[in-house]
Amino acid sequence: MLAPNSSVSIRDLSLQFGAVQVLQNLNLDIGDGEFLVLLGSSGCGKSTLLNCIAGLLEPTDGQIHIKGRNVTWLEPSERGIGMVFQSYALYPQMTVRGNLSFGLKNARVPKADIDQRIARAAKILQIEPLLDRKPAQLSGGQRQRVAIGRALVRDVDVFLFDEPLSNLDAKLRADLRVEIKRLHHNLTNTMIYVTHDQVEAMTLADRIAIMKGGQIMQLGSPDEIYNRPQNKYVADFIGSPAMNFIEGHYEKGRFRANDLDIALDGYRLAAPQVADRPAILGIRPEHVATGAMINAAPIHGEVAVELVEPMGADTLVWATLAGKPFRIRMDGQARLAPGDRLPIGLDPAKASLFDAKTEERL
Amino acid sequence: MAVTDQAQTAVPRPATGAPARRPLRVFRNLASKIAAIPMVLTALVIFVGCTLWTVVYSFTRSGMLPRLQFVGLDQYERLWSTPKWLVSIQNLAIYGICAMVLTLVLGFLLAALLDRKIRGEDVFRTIILYPFALSFIVTGLVWQWLLNPDYGIQNVVRSLGWESFEFNPLYNPDLVIFGLLIAGIWHGTGLSMCIMLAGLRGIDEDIWKASRVEGIPTWKTYLFVIIPMMRPVFVTCLVLIASGIIKLYDLVVAQTGGGPGGSSEVPAKYVMDSMFGAQNLGQGFAASSMMLLSVIIILIPWAYLEYGGKKRV
Amino acid sequence: MSNPADLASIAAIDAVKTRTGGVGLLEGPRGARPRRAFSRSNIFIYGTLILVSVYYLLPLWVMVMTSLKGMPEIRTGNIFAPPMEITFEPWVKAWAEACTGINCDGLSRGFWNSVFILVPSVLISIAVASVNGYALANWKFKGSEVFFTILILGAFIPYQVMIYPIAILLGKIGLFGSLWGLVLVHTIFGMPILTLLFRNYFTSVPQELFKAARVDGAGFWGIFFRIMLPMSLPIFVVAVILQVTGIWNDFLFGVIYSNNERYPMTVQLNNIVNSVQGVKEYNVNMAATLLTGLVPLVIYFASGKLFVRGIAAGAVKG
Repeated sequence: MLAPNSSVSIRDLSLQFGAVQVLQNLNLDIGDGEFLVLLGSSGCGKSTLLNCIAGLLEPTDGQIHIKGRNVTWLEPSERGIGMVFQSYALYPQMTVRGNLSFGLKNARVPKADIDQRIARAAKILQIEPLLDRKPAQLSGGQRQRVAIGRALVRDVDVFLFDEPLSNLDAKLRADLRVEIKRLHHNLTNTMIYVTHDQVEAMTLADRIAIMKGGQIMQLGSPDEIYNRPQNKYVADFIGSPAMNFIEGHYEKGRFRANDLDIALDGYRLAAPQVADRPAILGIRPEHVATGAMINAAPIHGEVAVELVEPMGADTLVWATLAGKPFRIRMDGQARLAPGDRLPIGLDPAKASLFDAKTEERL
Repeated sequence: MAVTDQAQTAVPRPATGAPARRPLRVFRNLASKIAAIPMVLTALVIFVGCTLWTVVYSFTRSGMLPRLQFVGLDQYERLWSTPKWLVSIQNLAIYGICAMVLTLVLGFLLAALLDRKIRGEDVFRTIILYPFALSFIVTGLVWQWLLNPDYGIQNVVRSLGWESFEFNPLYNPDLVIFGLLIAGIWHGTGLSMCIMLAGLRGIDEDIWKASRVEGIPTWKTYLFVIIPMMRPVFVTCLVLIASGIIKLYDLVVAQTGGGPGGSSEVPAKYVMDSMFGAQNLGQGFAASSMMLLSVIIILIPWAYLEYGGKKRV
Repeated sequence: MSNPADLASIAAIDAVKTRTGGVGLLEGPRGARPRRAFSRSNIFIYGTLILVSVYYLLPLWVMVMTSLKGMPEIRTGNIFAPPMEITFEPWVKAWAEACTGINCDGLSRGFWNSVFILVPSVLISIAVASVNGYALANWKFKGSEVFFTILILGAFIPYQVMIYPIAILLGKIGLFGSLWGLVLVHTIFGMPILTLLFRNYFTSVPQELFKAARVDGAGFWGIFFRIMLPMSLPIFVVAVILQVTGIWNDFLFGVIYSNNERYPMTVQLNNIVNSVQGVKEYNVNMAATLLTGLVPLVIYFASGKLFVRGIAAGAVKG
């Protein structure tokens, strides 16, 4: 019934708060040593799912297995998990050492063993000089290291991260992100990581589960999620600036909308036969070729520049295509002004096509 | 531990089965339930049980001892034909309305003055609030002394040359309730001021900035913007004051003892006198049930406004 | 103006002026606007506040002055005037000799009775309410909110409604008229406001801290004693202030649930001042009143903002 080498398995998990269905019949298998990111906007149920795995919330229905053990009714401390929280959740009146040892003392781990584990964790996270300080004396980044350390000393199979970097400023976030990735590389524990930040998700994950309304919209590698989004929601959610969507019709290998008519040569359809129907074509702003790159793209055209947003590394150009606002991401050195004509090139192989009604990928 | 064992041996059940629930629900969260026993007992035995007991016995012929001999509404009919009770109700109504209006208005005005970013705010607040730390007994006795006709304020003014000055509320049956009111206001305004001040501080600074940019005078901002925003604070304040007024007892005992000639009686004192003085329990129960009724009359609209209304929005 | 730095800055301004074609910075208002120290609104605000302060301080002043005068001076003088001859005799008499209708031990008996009532009442009521509040904030169970609602509504029920049945209950368990009966009553009636206070405080503690402790294997009492208690000292101070002043100032329960021997200070005070026997000694009465008010006053002036926080807790809805 369970996948052979799965570390965490979730079976038909449902959770209701009164009439509100927060999680709906969720199934998920997470492999041993895998880094899984639960990604979604707020209220999508990703944190709820993590809390269920941790045992901090009781599901209404379904099961949770960790390392082949049914832990559905177990206390959080009995599940073999460690958890890192967004607000760090360090015990304010205890020193760093006290914070790290609290769980071990509760589990009646021998003193010598505790010291040894703390020393190891402190070394890995480079917090040895901080061990006798109180959390209030630490910076945000140091606090989060200690919080990770608290999970580390527990010597557990599965690490749970609940938006651990959201309270940090942009630069620290990038640093710690790399560190978490390194940690996973060295420890090879299973990690489940909740975030609303797609950059974190793309950079850290082996697989990403994009959630919406208590359901998983797509589960796949960052590459799959980015290049072959299963539905319009995922396509829209991932990527910044967001994907351009053009509503039109799919007709025998072509896409038509207003004055636009493109042959979808090179586009891999999800099914061998796709009937003609209303469809939505999605093109990422960074997949619109400009300048010398145009020659490599099979489809050529020209748009009028309406607005230019220079962002340093790149420049976002707003134009209109098939009567809809259309974003083009260009090199940061591009010098354009509103009113300029801009030649562009499109590659159907990089585009996404969705059914207009079901919004599923075609 | 039993729970743990069951969990570990539980076989993975088919996808469509009974919900995953721990057996023995009663024992889940057991420590919390045990810890809440004092609260549960207080809520059920004292607040619900004792209240119901009194209401039930208010329909009986209890005299010196409580007796379960029902007499219908007799006690209430007697109550409402007793002059002392009628005076009590009248006094409470006068005191209550005046105290509520004055405490609210003065409390708000003082809070607004203190909120004008003045120097020595802490000093003024400390001075205005300190009477609230004192007991009603102390309050009553001080004002009894200050209003003493022979040595108090009346005497001081007369000795200054105004021989006909008359300020002797405690010995004038028509004015005695206002003597109590002066003391009550002195005791309680600080509380409403503090609550109002907290309410004013809770208002977004940007509101003030906006009104300044638009050139709206301060008093207009208070009247048309701030006061409407403070509605919940006013309501809370009102409920607190009102429920305190109904309990009015110690102050009367200390300041006037109900006199002169029973002209400053209040319902709470009527209850106490019937129960422990006149050995007339039935009257005490009926009178206290009437007090309860008046509290309910205050509370229900409030609860409806505060909680019932929100759900529909 | 001969300072070269000044010249340089003027030159810089001029450069801006020529470039923008705007007005230079040299003319017109500059820097902070001058203000009159005694503006009309300031006079109004401070004047009103000072007037109000006088009204509030007057009784305290009169109490102190009267208590330091001899009876002859009181009969002839002005109650607001300071004593011509300071005497502490009224204080001594109030403390040790003043008579109620029953005994002539002064207030000292009531003082010690109040202390013996106060200490266990404060400790027990806060211990019980803090655990209640913690359970309500972090370990909700089915029905816990219902009981809490009843508890809060119970705070509005006039005490007179419950007094008699409670006396019967206390009689049944043999605590009527005893110290512990009164302690129990104070614990019960302190529970709504204290539970609300603690529940709101523990609710404001980040939930993640509580979750982290559960992942670390701490249970109900472990989290309470090891995590929550060490970080909630301020709220305990607020609770102590609330209870000490509340219980010290209590008159009703003291009069009903204790007896002549054990009357708390407020009851003793009222019996002394409003005793119909003997000549009225106003100076002794005021000294006694001051003595009774001293404990809450000291707490009030020493605790400052924490007292405000305590009374505001009653106003903040849960």
